[in-house]
Amino acid sequence: MRHRRRTWIPGLLLISPSLILLAVFVYGLIGWTVNLSLQDRHNARPAKGYVGLDNYTKLFTSDINDRFVHSLKNLVVFTLVFMVGTIVLGLIWALLLERRAKAEGFWRTIYLFPMAVSFVASGVVWRWLMNTGQGDSAGGINAIFHGLGLSFLESPWWTDPDWGMAAMAVPAIWQLSGYVMALFLAGFRGIPEELREAAVVDGATTFQLYRQVLFPQLTPTILSALIITGHMSMKMFDLIMSVSGAQWLTEVPAVYVWQTLLTRDYAKAAAISVFLLLIVAVVVVPYLIHVNRSEKRS
Amino acid sequence: MSTETVAAAPAATAPPRGAPAPRQGRPRPVARTLRYGLLVLFVLIVLMPLYVLVVTSFKSGREIGVNGQWNLPETWTFASWAKAWSALGPSFGRTFELAIPVALISSLIGAANGFVLSRWRFPGADVVFTLILFGMFIPYQAVMIPLREVVLWLGIAPGIPTLIFVHTVYGIPICTLIFRNYYATIIPEELIEAAQMDGAGLLRTFRSLILPVSIPGFVVTVIWQFTSSWNDYLFAIFLSNNRNGPITIALNALAGAQSPDYAAAMAGALITSLPTLLVYVLLGRWFIGGLMAGSVKS
Repeated sequence: MRHRRRTWIPGLLLISPSLILLAVFVYGLIGWTVNLSLQDRHNARPAKGYVGLDNYTKLFTSDINDRFVHSLKNLVVFTLVFMVGTIVLGLIWALLLERRAKAEGFWRTIYLFPMAVSFVASGVVWRWLMNTGQGDSAGGINAIFHGLGLSFLESPWWTDPDWGMAAMAVPAIWQLSGYVMALFLAGFRGIPEELREAAVVDGATTFQLYRQVLFPQLTPTILSALIITGHMSMKMFDLIMSVSGAQWLTEVPAVYVWQTLLTRDYAKAAAISVFLLLIVAVVVVPYLIHVNRSEKRS
Repeated sequence: MSTETVAAAPAATAPPRGAPAPRQGRPRPVARTLRYGLLVLFVLIVLMPLYVLVVTSFKSGREIGVNGQWNLPETWTFASWAKAWSALGPSFGRTFELAIPVALISSLIGAANGFVLSRWRFPGADVVFTLILFGMFIPYQAVMIPLREVVLWLGIAPGIPTLIFVHTVYGIPICTLIFRNYYATIIPEELIEAAQMDGAGLLRTFRSLILPVSIPGFVVTVIWQFTSSWNDYLFAIFLSNNRNGPITIALNALAGAQSPDYAAAMAGALITSLPTLLVYVLLGRWFIGGLMAGSVKS
């Protein structure tokens, strides 16, 4: 015991600079932002005092045009389409590749490459692809639909007031489905071969094999995929700024923070940020605790 | 992608190849055709934006915005590439000055932390680790407002030096995670115990025994940090401008106008993406390893 006691001290010293940096720049600054969100600093001048949770309640009760609620609704639509899209597409790709497809590396490389591109760069091309012109002035994808005589498929894309955010999720799905595919592939490969063999010996059809044997084994993978895509979605900023720029139709909280800072309403920007952080924390913290526990068990 | 997420042991990066699969009966020709047909179809869809980028970037102004948007250029011209380069050139170099130090410094810090956390048990190690991990999930908006003031107060020069500092700090969680998972798989407990018996100090053990076997971990974190600081837009827009910032800012300035010059914008998007795409193509195996780290569990 005495021996152990001595051995962990140098280790702690080695990681202490990182711990201090993270304590200050993650937790300290979050504390600072929370503190700011409780004050009345709505312009460049210093705050006069604390206002309790006013900045938060005002977001829901007296924001002009219900702007914050509007941005939350946009975020919900975006998140749902983005998560379902990446997980469905990622799973399909993984299923297509999972059983020794020929030239697997080739397909995998192509499906994953959008991940290496920045949202800002991909926004440039998706803005062009999702050209809102229709009929004779159709451009981008609409032009293809128009040319193929499928005009009913032409879409106003992200400028649609109700479903625009679903279109905004399309580029994000393009970029991250390959990532989810890679997660699923790793998940499939982590399943012991004996499980499959046993099921096949028992006369399971391919469908039964996947449905009853393999998919249940993928629960941790799906959980990871949900957490990763979900928290990325909450932070989505670059893509939206690049495709549409900051504007009402496609505003999400992350963009709203930026817009609010431009007007120097620091306390309000802080309140929106903290709200965003809380949404992420509610999901991520239990996940991290869960992972920690299951790691210890194994 | 400001996507501060990764996390598996590099060992698990290239999806491990299972033992030779037992034949689940010969695949029927119909299923085979369907499978490869789908794979090809998805490849075409995924590559479509890349086709548009390349084709449009070589068109002359006359050919853009008219019929035949999807066609190959009638006359190939480098004019838009020249225009894009003159807009992006200065920031292109600056972004290397940003991404390379970030990649190296945060990897080194991550290695030291991962080494300690994988083998040195100190009281509360799990809690500390969870607190570190949470740092990679936070929406950075929640620290952004005070962050500007703090880096100013610290006297760090604006632009690239500030961004180097910030990306390094917020890269600590992911790099620590990658190295912890990596070391947990490759370093036998006995090795460290033996080193302690020898009386070899912690730092000496790290330098002489651990660092030499850490190359695979470094490849993953270097690629990850290089890519995410290269592709970042959020920190860049908060902490720099077009005169001292990275390439994503310059690209957004080039492409973000109301009616952008699409040929130049797309050439710019390609220039912006070339370094990360090159890294991806050359080092794809390890790149995927970085991605896996996002799933937290090894």
